[in-house]
Amino acid sequence: MLGETSILIVIIPLISAALTPLVGLAREGLSYLCTITALTLSTLASVHTLFRVLTEGTVHYGLGGWPPPFGIELVVDPLNGMMLVLVSAVGLIVAVYSYRGVEQELTGRMVYFYTLYLLQVTGFLGILITGDLFNLYVFLEIASLAGYALIAVGEDGAPMACFRYIVMGTVGACFYLLGVGYIYISTGSLNMADVHLLMKGLYDSKVIATAIAFILTGLAIKMALFPLHVWLPDAYTKAPSAASALIAPLMTKISIYVMIRILFSVFGISLFVELFPLNRIMVWAGFAAICGGAVMALAQTDFKRMLCYILVAEVGYMIGGLGLANAIAIRGAILHILNDAVMTAGLFTVAGIIMHRMKSHRLADFEGLFQKMPFTMSAFVVCALSMIGVPPTCGFFSKWYLIHGAILARQWPFVAALLGSSLINGILFFRVIEVGYVFQFSTPAHTHAGEGMNRMEEAPLSMLIPTVGIAVAIILIGFYNQAIVKHIIDFALPKL
Amino acid sequence: MFESLLHHYNYWMFIGLMMIGFYAMMAKKNLIKKIIGMNIFQSAIILFFISTSVKGGGVTVPILEHPEGAQGGFVDVMKYANPLPHVLMLTAIVVMVATLGVALAVVMMIYKRYHTLEEDEIALIRRKQGLKC
Repeated sequence: MLGETSILIVIIPLISAALTPLVGLAREGLSYLCTITALTLSTLASVHTLFRVLTEGTVHYGLGGWPPPFGIELVVDPLNGMMLVLVSAVGLIVAVYSYRGVEQELTGRMVYFYTLYLLQVTGFLGILITGDLFNLYVFLEIASLAGYALIAVGEDGAPMACFRYIVMGTVGACFYLLGVGYIYISTGSLNMADVHLLMKGLYDSKVIATAIAFILTGLAIKMALFPLHVWLPDAYTKAPSAASALIAPLMTKISIYVMIRILFSVFGISLFVELFPLNRIMVWAGFAAICGGAVMALAQTDFKRMLCYILVAEVGYMIGGLGLANAIAIRGAILHILNDAVMTAGLFTVAGIIMHRMKSHRLADFEGLFQKMPFTMSAFVVCALSMIGVPPTCGFFSKWYLIHGAILARQWPFVAALLGSSLINGILFFRVIEVGYVFQFSTPAHTHAGEGMNRMEEAPLSMLIPTVGIAVAIILIGFYNQAIVKHIIDFALPKL
Repeated sequence: MFESLLHHYNYWMFIGLMMIGFYAMMAKKNLIKKIIGMNIFQSAIILFFISTSVKGGGVTVPILEHPEGAQGGFVDVMKYANPLPHVLMLTAIVVMVATLGVALAVVMMIYKRYHTLEEDEIALIRRKQGLKC
């Protein structure tokens, strides 16, 4: 009855991005409504597409009516169907949340913010849905360019951080493009499914090996894999809080999705496991990322910066999980993409609320926050417990699969890194919780005279409801993880 | 050895250009020079793609002179250069122009804030103000 909904997922935000500045001319607030409407429709379309995929199998859509190997094709299978729902839902939730933060931090520039916001989400969704290697590059650059602009308007120092990100991000995108060029030279096709078929006879070709090297390095820059992460902490710390709540959870996860797609759907699992020592390199890269990210996170005195380094460590979980190359570890890595996006979104929205109320994201300014904002901080505790990996929350289950997979693959250093990083996350988050609670004991003067200091200053409802919603989602995903794994992720696993 | 070098001269030129751009991006302190390096880097990739569409001697642009021949079903592909890399690069050029625009806008913001475009001077200014760079 609804016809083809897969194309609507990308088209609606794209057209709305063009409409938003026009609508915003009349009244600034209308651009917010336009964004919310577009993202709601896009989320509904992606949910509908996911259910169609789960009942009918993979959905194909040839753009402009061209048949697949020649035209650009949209392909939705269980893996990117799940990612589409995740990205459009997080985009919608963060959009609802962003209004007050944008009003405060970007006064008078709301229309531009929402235009870029929609372009950013369009880029993300486009990367996920496309079945064409070159089209993926174009969407990757749409997402990156919108991201550069959103980051550059942040607090003092953001333009410089953004400039570094532009230079590194461009190198990453160019490497990806070059790799695609090598694939095109040797196979003569750009359609992922077609390339996969044509690739079969070319596994020992040096051109293909070079293409893999370029594409993976390019994507590693985009996902901030450990030695190439240097652009990330500065850029995401200094971005406006609404922008970092959108970009930080999604950009790294989407790059990892692209890596999964390229390795498993384009190159094929046999190339990945047998012909190159690629999986071992990935496990060690994951190990380095977890250790590096966790150690650097310990040294931070800024809350958002600490979250950024935790993000770097989380990338290591997923890359290592893919490198372990057994079904359980890959299931864990894919589940962790979902979980980590939700947890990181929760933590960055909390950081945005604290920024909104306290005008700071330094840890030292967090004193007494539990009294001022009990609901926000409860949401924070849920996200933190999930990051550490405490059972009812979703973070536990993906870590469980990852550790189980690592033990099966006998990668003991990686097991140790996973466990150690959980402990370090515990230290990091309990430090925040301690600072939040400690106020009432350390300064007794305020309890008598300074009644005003302990007044509740809860966040505005438009920020609080999305944040608490994310916290509830973390627990729900935890409870229903079996269903998600059984009905979605198990279909997304490559045939091993 | 020399023959293969000569035969694939387009690849060597693209690698050379790419490395020049890469060097400028990484080693130069001036932000505008970094952007110029970035552009050389991107142009090298464009030239690489374009050079892959060439097919020996005697090929021409893919404009069909005899439409009836095309309708007949078969076109001799060896007579025409491969049009696909050209089309891809038109899109890539648009992307690169947009990147250049964003980079220049960001450099303008940096200049308004610090009144210099030298990376080390900016770091010095930030350190004097007690900020981490």
